[in-house]
Amino acid sequence: MGTLSLFPPRASTTAGDVDALYTFVISVSVIMTVLIFACVFIFAIRYRRRSEAERPKPIHGSILLEIAWSAIPFAIMLVMFAWGTRLYYENYTPPANTLDLYVTGKQWMWKVQYPGGQREINELHVPTGRAVKLTMASEDVIHSFYIPAFRVKHDVVPGQYETLWFQPTTPGRYHIFCAEYCGTGHASMGGWVTVMDPAAYETWLSGGASTGSMQQQGETLFQQYGCATCHALDKKGRGPSLRNVFGHAVSLEDGRTVTADEAYVRESIVNPNTKIVAGYKRDVMPVFQGQISEESLLQLIVYIKSLSNPAAKGSPQ
Amino acid sequence: MSTTFEPPRVEERPNYLNVDYGWKSWLFTTDHKRIALLYLFSITAFFVIGGSFAVGMRLNLLRPEGLFEADTYNKLFTMHGIIMVFFFLVPSIPAVLGNFLIPIMIGARDLAFPRINLLSWYIYVVGGIFAVLAAFEGGVDTGWTFYAPFSTTYSNTHVILTAMGVFVAGFSSILTGLNFIVTIHKMRAPGMTWGRLPLFVWSHYATAIIQVLGTPVIAITLVLLALERLLHAGIFDPNVGGDPILFQHLFWFYSHPAVYIMILPGMGVISELIPCFSRKVIFGYNFIAFSSVAIAVIGFLVWGHHLFVAGQSMYASTVFSLLSFLVAVPSAIKVFNWTATMYRGSISYETPMLYAFGFIGLFTIGGLTGLVLATMALDVHLTDTYFVIAHFHYVMVGGMVMAYLGGIHFWFPKISGRMYPEGWAKFAALVVFVGFNLTFFPQFLLGYLGMPRRYHAYAPEFQILNVMSSAGASILGVGYLLPMIYLAWAWRKGPKAPQNPWGAKGLEWEQSPTPPPTYNFETPPVVTEPAYNYAEEAHVG
Amino acid sequence: MAEIDTSLPIHAHSEVRHHFDTADQQFESSTLGMWVFLLTEIMFFGGMFGSYTVYRNLYPDAFASTSHFMNVTLGGINTAVLICSSLTMVLAVHAAQLGSKRKLILFLVLTLLLGCVFLAIKYVEYHEKWVDHHIPGPGFHYADSRYAHQAQILFFLYFAMTGMHALHMIVGAGLITTLIVMASRNRFTEHWFTPVEMIGLYWHFVDIVWIFLFPLLYLIGHTK
Repeated sequence: MGTLSLFPPRASTTAGDVDALYTFVISVSVIMTVLIFACVFIFAIRYRRRSEAERPKPIHGSILLEIAWSAIPFAIMLVMFAWGTRLYYENYTPPANTLDLYVTGKQWMWKVQYPGGQREINELHVPTGRAVKLTMASEDVIHSFYIPAFRVKHDVVPGQYETLWFQPTTPGRYHIFCAEYCGTGHASMGGWVTVMDPAAYETWLSGGASTGSMQQQGETLFQQYGCATCHALDKKGRGPSLRNVFGHAVSLEDGRTVTADEAYVRESIVNPNTKIVAGYKRDVMPVFQGQISEESLLQLIVYIKSLSNPAAKGSPQ
Repeated sequence: MSTTFEPPRVEERPNYLNVDYGWKSWLFTTDHKRIALLYLFSITAFFVIGGSFAVGMRLNLLRPEGLFEADTYNKLFTMHGIIMVFFFLVPSIPAVLGNFLIPIMIGARDLAFPRINLLSWYIYVVGGIFAVLAAFEGGVDTGWTFYAPFSTTYSNTHVILTAMGVFVAGFSSILTGLNFIVTIHKMRAPGMTWGRLPLFVWSHYATAIIQVLGTPVIAITLVLLALERLLHAGIFDPNVGGDPILFQHLFWFYSHPAVYIMILPGMGVISELIPCFSRKVIFGYNFIAFSSVAIAVIGFLVWGHHLFVAGQSMYASTVFSLLSFLVAVPSAIKVFNWTATMYRGSISYETPMLYAFGFIGLFTIGGLTGLVLATMALDVHLTDTYFVIAHFHYVMVGGMVMAYLGGIHFWFPKISGRMYPEGWAKFAALVVFVGFNLTFFPQFLLGYLGMPRRYHAYAPEFQILNVMSSAGASILGVGYLLPMIYLAWAWRKGPKAPQNPWGAKGLEWEQSPTPPPTYNFETPPVVTEPAYNYAEEAHVG
Repeated sequence: MAEIDTSLPIHAHSEVRHHFDTADQQFESSTLGMWVFLLTEIMFFGGMFGSYTVYRNLYPDAFASTSHFMNVTLGGINTAVLICSSLTMVLAVHAAQLGSKRKLILFLVLTLLLGCVFLAIKYVEYHEKWVDHHIPGPGFHYADSRYAHQAQILFFLYFAMTGMHALHMIVGAGLITTLIVMASRNRFTEHWFTPVEMIGLYWHFVDIVWIFLFPLLYLIGHTK
């Protein structure tokens, strides 16, 4: 990282692609700028007024030129658009078999939870060579999780889960910034992501957590909040069994079918009556809005994920 | 014995400035030209206020650890944005130059609704007082974008007072737009067809469409924001079922078209300057006219490009991205047409033309960097960084403000009856150009390197570029101070201006005296030639 | 539109303001100006209609629950009242066209009265809501706890939309009062009665907003 470099470090699989696209768009921009500057400069000098009596011949326009200089730039823009959209879709859609980590943003810090139960504040450790998916929640206002070296960013909006994925390539330490203004400590809401070789990462992980893994913590919460009372695992209770629910389709009482993803599970805990599974009654499950922290909700979700067959999405660790 | 010889008193011809004196004749005027000057005065005041907040910001950013407290800095950038957007840029050219010139350019004696015009100014001042009052009472720290739930639930500053200031000022904008639309439709002199209108008028027509259709939406958004802050009913609060992203959609539905309010009038000025100082008819009149309207229309369809990383569906984002590229095309058309106008022209380098050159260059850079941001995969990296800040300052300051200064200088003789000092003016234009680029070009680099915006303190590796930017800002500040000084001097002490110092075409130069009488014309004009008919010598009667 | 015969001499030259060339031009400008203003009003209300649409789609059950509390009877009466007031307004404009001062004042007064009836009924409705603790804010309480939060948002939008409409009605009432005063001072003739026509347009617009509000808030999806 020289003091006068134009690019941040490239530490993810997509960084090079993003930089290439940027170079293309900037190059086109530079060429266009130079062309315009040159025309203006040359015309200004070549056609400078030499006498007050000059009356240049009027040239009103040229349909051909107008079409040309509309269509050609637009065609180039379509290339930018197509390339940018395609890269965006790739960067927006996590692959299967990601390493899932959980991030909670609050004024003014980032809290990271690992499936193994490790927790960090303002620090993230990830291995090279694996796709990492972050599921992110906010406890208060809108934040935005940004790692310039990976060229990834996503707003973290309260009341929703946002996901972000990347695959690190180069060991090192890189900035994490909050990129959505969130109050007094917005500028200090940053941290570091440490990318390690897989071996080093395993070593770091085995440093371990004092508490159990997220799954174990989630299971504890599941008992503690009385979920097990109604959601018995292998028989029908007052509430549906949660075995093999995560990652599969769910039929609701109003006829809709939804996929049980992280957002669905969160909503089912926090505001259960918005979506009732077919065959069950409303107003039976307590409303847990405001009673369980975002971090605890994530632990519960990891536990519920673990109740699905390994073939389903998002195996921990 | 010598007698002191007194030169005969030359009776100054009655014009709108000397027809009446005293504060009442100004504060109760319905003359569009005097109202334009009232606006000039208040807009300049707000520019100074907003600019001093910027001085504070750039001072703070000299050091990575900052200078002021975080809260202070957060208030500075918020109020800088609010004042510059709502109280300077949005009114600037329309309220000053548009008000002064549109009736004269179309051959009318005044706007359609002169009393509403005055009301517009008072409404604007009241809104401004609310905003300045909020600043004195401790300021507001939500960012000019007022995002919920921070603004509705968490901020402890004067959000409602400031929002109401903006709300009130919005009505000033709406009424000005309404006045322009009716005036341009109904008050054109005989022979002034739509196809002969100066492009300055076309651009203000397009701007007025946006003002009229877009501003009410920010008005209701701010009302909902204020009510939510008072009642906490939950419309934007996710804890109770509300949606903070709804706020963003409502906000940007106006605020994106608003940026076209903040550039179209500038483009209109440039369309007047280039033909005059190339002494040649504008190239592609129809295309430029229709491009203005196209920008206004398409500009309403792109707001989602502010939400690419906010959780908007990727399909919606795709549509917004495509439309954002589309809206660049009419702007590009204009730049090409202006350049083509210079081809085989007869070009002179008076100050207004220097500002026009600056506009073309800097607007081109600003507009092209907009394409970078419209590219979704790049926007992910660049949004909420200094790249965005550099982009919009290039178009709004490198573009609009330079057009404003160019227009002020071009029409200064018409407005004041005097000439400004050309040497100082050229020097100031150069200082502005250099200072501007030194301030904002480093910010493109900072943005790609990853420096987020709205940071009172930053990572140390960003310091060099920040120091460069702050140095540039000090130069830019000098560049802006200079015209304030010499134009004020020239107003009183400048040499008398001839009727048409630039040999320009257009009713305001050829048929309205310099400075104009209250009703603009001595005899009602009848238009017989097309616009920019520079092949014929300009009438300097 | 009114047919003004501008071939007749203008009785009061001061009626054509100095910056206009003809009475025609002045009248057309006023008309276009009022239509543009009404366009801004559509956009203003549009933001609220948009928010309402979003939340109604998000929370159909909560909406069905809260719609039970909309007083369709009172809303229906108000709709009839407003439509009648638009009729009396049109009759007022017609009277102005004919130069009939007596009828003009009569119909303006009737319009004003009907407008006041509307506002009075609105007050009764709002009072009902207040008694039920359905006014958003610290005093809000919704009996069906399943929908407590969504209901507050929906009532918030109800009050924002109908309240903004009522505010426009109050302004309209003030404007009509001004017309009554002007008419009684003989300001209008059959050659010039532009303010009557313009405020008539405004009044019709406020009526139309209600015509949209009533079905959306009171009728569609209403549960008993």
